[in-house]
Amino acid sequence: MGIQNLIWQVTKKAFTGGIIGITISDRFCGVVPVRGDSMSPTFNPQRDSYLDDYVLVDKFCLKDYKFARGDVVVFSSPTHYRERYIKRIVGMPGEWISSSEDVIRVPEGHCWVEGDNRAFSLDSRTFGPIPLGLIRGRVTRVVWPPQRLSKIGG
Amino acid sequence: MYAFGPSMILTLHPSGNVALAERISEISRGDVVILQSPQDPNKLLIKRVIGVEGDCVSFVVDKDESRRTIVVPRGHVWVEGDYTQNSRDSRTFGPLPYGLIQGRVLWRVWPFQDFGPIGPTTT
Repeated sequence: MGIQNLIWQVTKKAFTGGIIGITISDRFCGVVPVRGDSMSPTFNPQRDSYLDDYVLVDKFCLKDYKFARGDVVVFSSPTHYRERYIKRIVGMPGEWISSSEDVIRVPEGHCWVEGDNRAFSLDSRTFGPIPLGLIRGRVTRVVWPPQRLSKIGG
Repeated sequence: MYAFGPSMILTLHPSGNVALAERISEISRGDVVILQSPQDPNKLLIKRVIGVEGDCVSFVVDKDESRRTIVVPRGHVWVEGDYTQNSRDSRTFGPLPYGLIQGRVLWRVWPFQDFGPIGPTTT
């Protein structure tokens, strides 16, 4: 029948599109929403706006894990591995970070992340430096809403 | 995946093995896993999971032969090589965040004399 054939064609195209989409978002880049205001005003600058920012996450950097201080990264939480957080790297391996009472050295292979909105951010000041291997991508631009389209500098 | 090195001597050959790994199932105690090293994200290690979150793990610190006990924090696992005398593992770098685990080793494909499953106990 014509309808069955049509459904089959659509299914095949959707499946192929899905595989290509998943490969691209896994290896090259993806778009993710930013939840919460721990990175205010860089992302989600208004607390009660209806629109969350959507950002472009670049995954090419995961080839050799070359990051720099100031990069905004997406990483798996060290305590809840299924959750992803977005924070900024403020300390690279070997650097010293001053926290409330003392000075901490960032161990090799790790980085110190903090949210731009320090008062409302769950970050390395709570769970310590994170291994670079937990990073899942680097945020390069804001892509939605259109009036906030911008490049995130390094 | 191709694995070599002395830290898993009782289970894997020190000079090379090819094995099959999977990422689908939950990791439990006794599994041999592939993980990214917390000291260098470009290096992959193969170790055995000794303890999962909440477990109380006791180990000997190589440097001064003293025994320490630690509770594995939430979201982490404790990994050790089967050949503990020559293995860089959780006794060196501490509990490992679960997110660094890349997969579970299932089956040894090469060398052919030892073709077979890699199981929860050392063979």
